[in-house]
Amino acid sequence: MTDANAAVDERVKETSRLRKALIRPELGAIVGVIAVFVFFILFASDSGMFNPQGVLNWSTVSAQFMIIAVGACMLMIAGEFDLSVGSMIGFAGMSIALMTVTLNWPVWIAIIVTFALCISIGALIGYIVVRTGLPSFIVSLAFLFILRGFTIFFPQVIERRTIIGGISDVAEGDWLAQVFGGHVGGWVFDWMAEIGMIATFSRGTREGQPIVDGIPMLIIWALLLVAVAHVVLTRTKFGNWVFASGGDAQAARYVGVPVDRVKILMFMFTAFCATVFATCQVMEFGSAGADRGLLKEFEAIIAVVIGGALLTGGYGSVIGAALGALIFGVVQQGLFFAGVESSLFRVFLGVILLFAVILNTYIRRIITGES
Amino acid sequence: MSSYDHNPIVEMKGIEKHFGPVIALAGVSFDIRPGECHCLLGDNGAGKSTFIKTMSGVHKPTSGEMIFEGKAMNFTSPRDAMEAGIATVYQDLAMIPLMSVTRNFWMGREPVRKVGPLKFMDFAKANAVTMEEMGKMGINLRSPDQAVGTLSGGERQTVAIARAVYFGAKVLILDEPTSALGVRQTANVLATIDKVRKTGIGVVFITHNVRHAVAVGDRFTVLNRGKTLGTAQRGQITPEELQDMMAGGQEMVALEGSLGGTV
Repeated sequence: MTDANAAVDERVKETSRLRKALIRPELGAIVGVIAVFVFFILFASDSGMFNPQGVLNWSTVSAQFMIIAVGACMLMIAGEFDLSVGSMIGFAGMSIALMTVTLNWPVWIAIIVTFALCISIGALIGYIVVRTGLPSFIVSLAFLFILRGFTIFFPQVIERRTIIGGISDVAEGDWLAQVFGGHVGGWVFDWMAEIGMIATFSRGTREGQPIVDGIPMLIIWALLLVAVAHVVLTRTKFGNWVFASGGDAQAARYVGVPVDRVKILMFMFTAFCATVFATCQVMEFGSAGADRGLLKEFEAIIAVVIGGALLTGGYGSVIGAALGALIFGVVQQGLFFAGVESSLFRVFLGVILLFAVILNTYIRRIITGES
Repeated sequence: MSSYDHNPIVEMKGIEKHFGPVIALAGVSFDIRPGECHCLLGDNGAGKSTFIKTMSGVHKPTSGEMIFEGKAMNFTSPRDAMEAGIATVYQDLAMIPLMSVTRNFWMGREPVRKVGPLKFMDFAKANAVTMEEMGKMGINLRSPDQAVGTLSGGERQTVAIARAVYFGAKVLILDEPTSALGVRQTANVLATIDKVRKTGIGVVFITHNVRHAVAVGDRFTVLNRGKTLGTAQRGQITPEELQDMMAGGQEMVALEGSLGGTV
């Protein structure tokens, strides 16, 4: 052994740059995104999936997944789960609908009050989890039922129906409704239509207008949440606390990390994301239904796991979760474009989840040196 | 040795700690002076862990007096003790394996860089300091981004010790730092203890291994069934006597006889 390498243990094999580059949480998701795009470009390129309208279609669906995946990702890295996300989406949407349609409140007040209400419920879930020390799986499962129950109960008792429409009319011109339901960048699409890059309507009331009239705010929200969450997680002190709380809560407490506060804040953030999702959906559809958001909590968790986060906490990536959400959106809509029976999407979810978990376990072993 | 001229940094007198009907500590007296390594020896269940948790602010003593730098101390949390300068490195909870060395090193005290109204963690500084402090302890990291999980047990202990020293510990409590380590790694940790002691920090070294204690200790206190059996200076006591005191005397002598003095 030469003295230059005296400090290096000769039994440790030199790890290659490639291998090092591969050991990152996003690996599986990056491979998945490439695979999914190659697949659909090969088999569905002539279906209109990759023209502007098609791109907007799967981008919007991906953005929906992304919004809830970001919250679930931060929470999972902090070491907890929230199974109430889907019910929270239904609950938040119904809350806005009842406040605007039944109570005749201005839409912006309904949105603000709903956000406050849902974030408080998130805080309550977090508080119960940290105070009782119960697994968040059980506590949030309880809220899955509690919130869904109320989401059906209130409209049923007050309005005698479980789908409440007519929100579009009252939301017309409301400034805050625009933040969730509006479109931006319409002039770009006008210009693209002018130079013939995208098609225009050839008849009807919108004749001559481009068929894509702007990017939905939903997509802007998704990109914004991903960017902010990624920077907070990887570049700030608080991000370090999130990793520490999920990695080993006791070790983190011993060095003064306010673990309980971090966890409660992450439950609140998850609730915030679910409410953003619900508000965008209600503003887009103009209605709220008691069954909205069903199974969304699991889809969020699957996107996060595909993104490389460990179910045990302390490790993961927001970018990975966003890519996981992109895979979902592309596959769900791609199957539709390719004319494949949509129920196969569920099969795909199950299979990809299994592969992702196996890959993550392998990567974890490499990082921690466990055998 | 010069260190005995100093006043103790921490003095614990007649500490008792009861958990319901269980008396975990029944009158423990202990002190630690700057620049010394004071070994606290005891068998499993002797009360070592309870005692150091009392010292580091995790438990409040049922009765007894705790004096820190001449003043009565009353810590309500580990954070209080840490800020006063009492740092504890726990056997198994020292580090988070999935996080990088830098993230572990700065956990709870992250350096912050301001960009306009936003505050970011200052990774340039954090990485540089981590590499430097680890270098001082004789560990050359491949990279500060390396996950702690890739380090050996001894290296993990060293990261925790380096962290405590960097953040200005006056007293460093090490809870069984060598109990899970191999021979060579144990030697490294003992060498690190020696380095830390020479900087004027008082080291409390908890162990049940007499040989490890004798290798670096300046003073030795034995804890048995929640009581201290007195403190001895280096050279005043033999390893065999320490071993007997830990085990509680007679049975151990008999057992040792039958094993041919190998324990």
